[in-house]
Amino acid sequence: MGGHLNINHLLFLGHGALWTIGLSLIALIGGGIAGFVIALARISPLRSVRLLSAAYVQLIQGTPLLVILFLGYFGLAAIGLKMSPLAAAGASLTLYVAAYLGEIWRGSIQSVPKPQWEAAEGLALSRTQRMMKVILPQAIRIATPPTVGFMVQIIKNTSLASVVGFVELMRSGQIVNNSLFEPFVVYALIALVYFAMCYPLSLFSQRLERRMGRGRADFLAPA
Amino acid sequence: MGIELDFPAVLERWPNFLGGAILTLELALFATVLGALLGTFAAVGRGTHNALIARACKVYVEAIRNTPLLVQIFLVYFGLASVGLKLSAFTVAVAALTINVGAYTAEIMRAGFEAIPRGQIEAAEGLALSRVQIYWHIILLPAVERVYPALTSQFVLLMLASSVCSQISTEELTAVANYIQSDTYRAFETYIIVAVLYIILSLVMRAGFWGLGLVLFPRRRRLGTAL
Repeated sequence: MGGHLNINHLLFLGHGALWTIGLSLIALIGGGIAGFVIALARISPLRSVRLLSAAYVQLIQGTPLLVILFLGYFGLAAIGLKMSPLAAAGASLTLYVAAYLGEIWRGSIQSVPKPQWEAAEGLALSRTQRMMKVILPQAIRIATPPTVGFMVQIIKNTSLASVVGFVELMRSGQIVNNSLFEPFVVYALIALVYFAMCYPLSLFSQRLERRMGRGRADFLAPA
Repeated sequence: MGIELDFPAVLERWPNFLGGAILTLELALFATVLGALLGTFAAVGRGTHNALIARACKVYVEAIRNTPLLVQIFLVYFGLASVGLKLSAFTVAVAALTINVGAYTAEIMRAGFEAIPRGQIEAAEGLALSRVQIYWHIILLPAVERVYPALTSQFVLLMLASSVCSQISTEELTAVANYIQSDTYRAFETYIIVAVLYIILSLVMRAGFWGLGLVLFPRRRRLGTAL
């Protein structure tokens, strides 16, 4: 025990920070793809698909990410499906992100003005053409600021992966703290690194929002 | 080997689950009330003409909103302990959750304040209402009424986020689950039950806020606007 923060500790933390970014990208890409499917399912003409996707969103949004993570890591292992901490964290975050991005994107798609939908239909575009050529290009513009804002939530939420032993930034901070026992210094440093990752995204999201002239849409972002 | 699930074996620990759920609700309740106060003050502070106070409130909000709750809780819990200030896990949990949700509340309230038409404040000044009266009747209450749905969603999310407090040995629902699964070796059943309990808790909170909204904002009910 004891000693001072040295270059090796910082390198170790840097390594953890890289994994935080890696895990965030996994969650963003996986959750993005699944979230897109959810968004489309939520506005599907089929009632059963709508209900099913709505139930999924309600289920995930009503459960803490930590419990989803424990279910994936300890729960599935107990019934014979053992996953590595990275796989469990990646899968849980993907499920979680999909529910929130799905809702954000559904809102964006639905806020494309009604006449655009009608005009596309009037031009005899098929459902796919209408989505791809008319609605989605406009919805993406609306969806960008809240999506960038939600990326901040993704980065912050990857810190929970530390709980199942995945060595990202938070976990590497805990390990360094265990050898130094200077929690104030170490955790303040960790907080600073998270801030350095998240704040530029927050600012970018705010700038995009101002340019769009729309209200903030990331109120529903979890802590 | 077939997988056999045994929910009754886990469900017979229901007094533990119930205790955890009650503590989770207590955490959420304390942090909601205190965080709402803190957030309102921070939102008012951000709008003052005193540059120092406005700057301090902005730094608070941005610092909290851009760092993970887990780091904040560890910083408060282990940080304070290392400088000799030993507080109970429950106190630390309430404090950290309050500080956290206060920042989000401040942003929501600020949006509410900004949505108040300037003309209404000028009209109130023209009617010789005092500053306190203007703040209360013209700015605060209508702003809260407007952002009430966003606020309540944030508080439900706070309740879910309180699961993180299990990491500093607050005996709330997730901590109880960790304990029961290590005791019964039935992790899958335990976490499924806990997930269902959290969903029930969030439904209970939503119903509670909806009822509170009907009492607090009778005007809205008359207008027939959905909360």
